[in-house]
Amino acid sequence: MGATMTSPIHVDSDAPEAMIARDMVKKAAIIGPILIIAFGFIWGVHGALSTAYGLAIVVANFVLAAAMLTWAGRISPGFVMGAALFGYLIRLSLIFLAIWLVRTASWVELVPLGITIVTTHLGLLFWEMKRVSLSIAYPGLKPTPASKESTSK
Amino acid sequence: MSILAQATTAAEAALTAADQKSISAAGYAGLAYGLATLGPGIGIGYLVGQSVQAMARQPEAAGMVRTTMFLGIAFTEALALIGFVVFILLKFV
Repeated sequence: MGATMTSPIHVDSDAPEAMIARDMVKKAAIIGPILIIAFGFIWGVHGALSTAYGLAIVVANFVLAAAMLTWAGRISPGFVMGAALFGYLIRLSLIFLAIWLVRTASWVELVPLGITIVTTHLGLLFWEMKRVSLSIAYPGLKPTPASKESTSK
Repeated sequence: MSILAQATTAAEAALTAADQKSISAAGYAGLAYGLATLGPGIGIGYLVGQSVQAMARQPEAAGMVRTTMFLGIAFTEALALIGFVVFILLKFV
């Protein structure tokens, strides 16, 4: 058990967290403009800017979480534990700081910013969960990473 | 001592009802944010602990475990984010 806990996790393909984060960035690029336009209609230009800022915070949060877990996973499973917990603390602090610094800025509308953070975070997660559960249930549908395709040809 | 007490009473009297309401709202908002981060902290700790145990028992399933762990962490974190947004809205709007 001790030897297993200190040895790195061997994953046969690209790191799963990185793949999920990339997929979420792509999905955010799809829904982002729609959300910005919709909130722009309701709250005006400031609302659109705040929505874009909230979207950027959510995407950066996912990417940072994936980067930290991937990095920790390469070292050891025990390190993943520390990275997840301290990462949670660090990311919450960064989100707090990101909003605290702009709270009095003239272009910030806090209501669309808050709504964007919550809905985008949950929406992207549910969308991704659907894809992940489908790829676990039907592994044949899982797309092959581009690097694998090029090496097999 | 009585001078200090008189000064405190005078300062309290100087606070308007709106100020007092704002102070209490800030206090409750902070409390809500603190409580909102406590639960997800426990949840993430439990989730990752179980995932690490699963990876140690079955290293060939590490990829799947890490995928579901990452999603689980993000879902748990959503609770803290909701608490944070409520805090921001209570405090500043």
